[in-house]
Amino acid sequence: MLKRVTRLVPRACQLDPGHFLHGGPQAPQSLAARLDDQVPDENPRAGSHPSEDDPAGAGEQREGRHYRIPLQDLPTVFPHGLPRRFSLQVRTFNEACLMVRRPALELLRHLDDTNFAHPAVRYVLYGEKGTGKTLSLCHVVHFCAKRDWLIVHVPDAHLWVKSSRGLLRSAYSRRRFDQPVEAANWLKSFKTANERFLSQIKIQETYMWNKRESTEKGRPLGEVVEQGLTRVKNATDAVGIVLKELKSQSCSGAFRLLVAVDGVNALWGRTTLKREDKSLMAPEELALVHSLRKMVRNDWHGGAVVLALSQTGSLFTPRMACLPQELLGKEGFDALDPFVPILVSNYSPEEFESCIQYYLENSWLQHEKAHTEEGKKELLFLSDANPGQLERLCAYL
Amino acid sequence: MATPCVSCGAAAFYRLFLGGRVSLTRRQGVWKAGAVELQTGTGFQILRLRHTTGVTTKKNVAALRRETYTVDFIKKQIEEFNIGKRHLANMMGEDPETFTQEDIDRAIAYLFPSGLFEKQARPVMKHPEQIFPKQRAIQWGEDGRPFHFLFYTGKQSYYSLMHEAYGKLLEAEKRQNQLQAKGLFSEKTETKDLIGSRWLIKEELEEMLVEKLSDQDYAQFIRLLERLLTLHCGAEEEFVQRFRKSVTIQSKKHLIEPVQYDEQGMAFSTSEGKRKSAKAEAVVYEHGSGRIKVNGIDYLLYFPVTQDREQLMFPFHFLDRLGKHDTTCTVSGGGRSSQAGAIRLAVARALCSFVTEEEVEWMRQAGLLTADPRVRERKKPGQEGARRKFTWKKR
Repeated sequence: MLKRVTRLVPRACQLDPGHFLHGGPQAPQSLAARLDDQVPDENPRAGSHPSEDDPAGAGEQREGRHYRIPLQDLPTVFPHGLPRRFSLQVRTFNEACLMVRRPALELLRHLDDTNFAHPAVRYVLYGEKGTGKTLSLCHVVHFCAKRDWLIVHVPDAHLWVKSSRGLLRSAYSRRRFDQPVEAANWLKSFKTANERFLSQIKIQETYMWNKRESTEKGRPLGEVVEQGLTRVKNATDAVGIVLKELKSQSCSGAFRLLVAVDGVNALWGRTTLKREDKSLMAPEELALVHSLRKMVRNDWHGGAVVLALSQTGSLFTPRMACLPQELLGKEGFDALDPFVPILVSNYSPEEFESCIQYYLENSWLQHEKAHTEEGKKELLFLSDANPGQLERLCAYL
Repeated sequence: MATPCVSCGAAAFYRLFLGGRVSLTRRQGVWKAGAVELQTGTGFQILRLRHTTGVTTKKNVAALRRETYTVDFIKKQIEEFNIGKRHLANMMGEDPETFTQEDIDRAIAYLFPSGLFEKQARPVMKHPEQIFPKQRAIQWGEDGRPFHFLFYTGKQSYYSLMHEAYGKLLEAEKRQNQLQAKGLFSEKTETKDLIGSRWLIKEELEEMLVEKLSDQDYAQFIRLLERLLTLHCGAEEEFVQRFRKSVTIQSKKHLIEPVQYDEQGMAFSTSEGKRKSAKAEAVVYEHGSGRIKVNGIDYLLYFPVTQDREQLMFPFHFLDRLGKHDTTCTVSGGGRSSQAGAIRLAVARALCSFVTEEEVEWMRQAGLLTADPRVRERKKPGQEGARRKFTWKKR
């Protein structure tokens, strides 16, 4: 209890950049983030700030509260992962606080109970636009990172099928196309996120990059990653190799593997990329997509797969589509077939209240009516308790 | 006589006044729509309005002078109108004796449907007194001597009215003095007559007196009448009421929807709203939690723009009932903004049934219950749009 009080008092001072009154170990940990909104805390005294760093926290009583992620964790766990608006908020408030919500808690509970001998279970987060799928995914990723899992995190698969420059014919397979830029970016983030594993994992095959360069069996995975980063032309193949190795080796039990993909419906949708003869490509023809599809299959064990659907960046899907059936299409649905769907919905009244409290504490809402009941009712009506909308509305106040 | 085209078996045809009222302005003002030509020749009289614009030439000077209608002429018009009314009643298969002006209007609208927007431009058949402006009969006799004793003041009716009013004032004062002397005077305040009525405006008074007035004359007259009212005499009330016009309060014309009950016993109320070309129907339930469904879709998804949702919020927020009602709406037509406006109107009207009279009046004053009359303006030829002209090129 005392811990909490001491944390509350200097809260106001924390808004100064880089001025942590508490020491490092006390820094908040979990990131129960939601897409845009923070759910206000139920506990009036402690405001919306949890003192827990553990993302799993204490379960149900954490629901509705905010978790803080230590700022030094952010670059390592999420080198590219956070949504744009949320990272702006992090920069503004100088802290990364996510709200714990039921879908994320459910997922964490499932992950805790996974039986690593069974094939990887696939969890699909779906819901309306702006309800918090991506941030729930981030919550799970942080949780696993804290538990020392190996994270394969694709922040937005839509970026890989849209407007990519520099498509090359794959050297490995004539039918497919490489995307050096995206692959290189991803490798960089992967490296930052999983530094410690790169030296531990050893590859099990020899890979020939070209006539002169090759990586032998037994070398650490880090070398493959380096190769991909230095020789950008081989980046896509490097990605493919990394994924294959991870998949085959996760069964051994040396590490736990978490595959987190956001916007997974891009893998089975359509692309806007064109071949040389200006005809549209199908996603299978992209090597990155191909390798990711293989990753998402449940023919391996020793980890879990958490996916989030997204209509916002998707191509050629109607605006109202939010169900897995609609967004994934028949092909995607069949490919993912035995999965656990998790619905992410709008805020409940308590969560809404908690979010408003969080904003008020951070002095984000400057309007004089924001404190009053009428003001809150107005906000509730206008945003319909949708986290995304609420965040956008509060930005003006 | 050439028979008219209407096959009704009657020889004389009723007269239609096409082109609305023949309002000859008394002012020799800017527009010189002067001449009303009477074409008599075929027993078929049509009045046509001939506009004479432009510079007055010698030929048109006669047309500038106001056309005078003789008393005989007016009498003849009245007779013809009555006969025509009976013919019309026969044609419509109704009883000529009880054929009122509303029936005439309906019959004409049926026989001569017009799509013109300007109501006064449509065919109309009314009593000649409403069509022809009131004119003064000749004011002097054969010997040239005027009839009225105040003729040489120039405004004989006005001054005679003032004279009459002042006479009444003096009488009332005399009576009051007598009552006070007898001690029977009692202070009565009867202001109920004044509420809900207003004085005639200057134009209306001019019309009544068939004479031009100046502003000062009018003000003087009203002051005199008000002074008369302060004396609270019963006899003069009738005289003063002639110069007052009642003002109906708008809100009383409101139709408040009845509250209906559905199977589960939930109270709800339905009403419609329109805006531009969007039509909406809203069903507001009395008890709920503030959920709104539009065409079966949640309002957050149907109106992604905040502005539209603010429009939906307005009626509830105004009455401070934000989270208390559930609503289901159907809307079609128009664009996103007009659909939002239509739903807003429908919701406001539906809420009237759950709310007190006073709040209904507040809503009306806030403009929630008025249908927005703005529609898309027509594009005119010679212009690019309704207002935008083509790019002006110097050569």
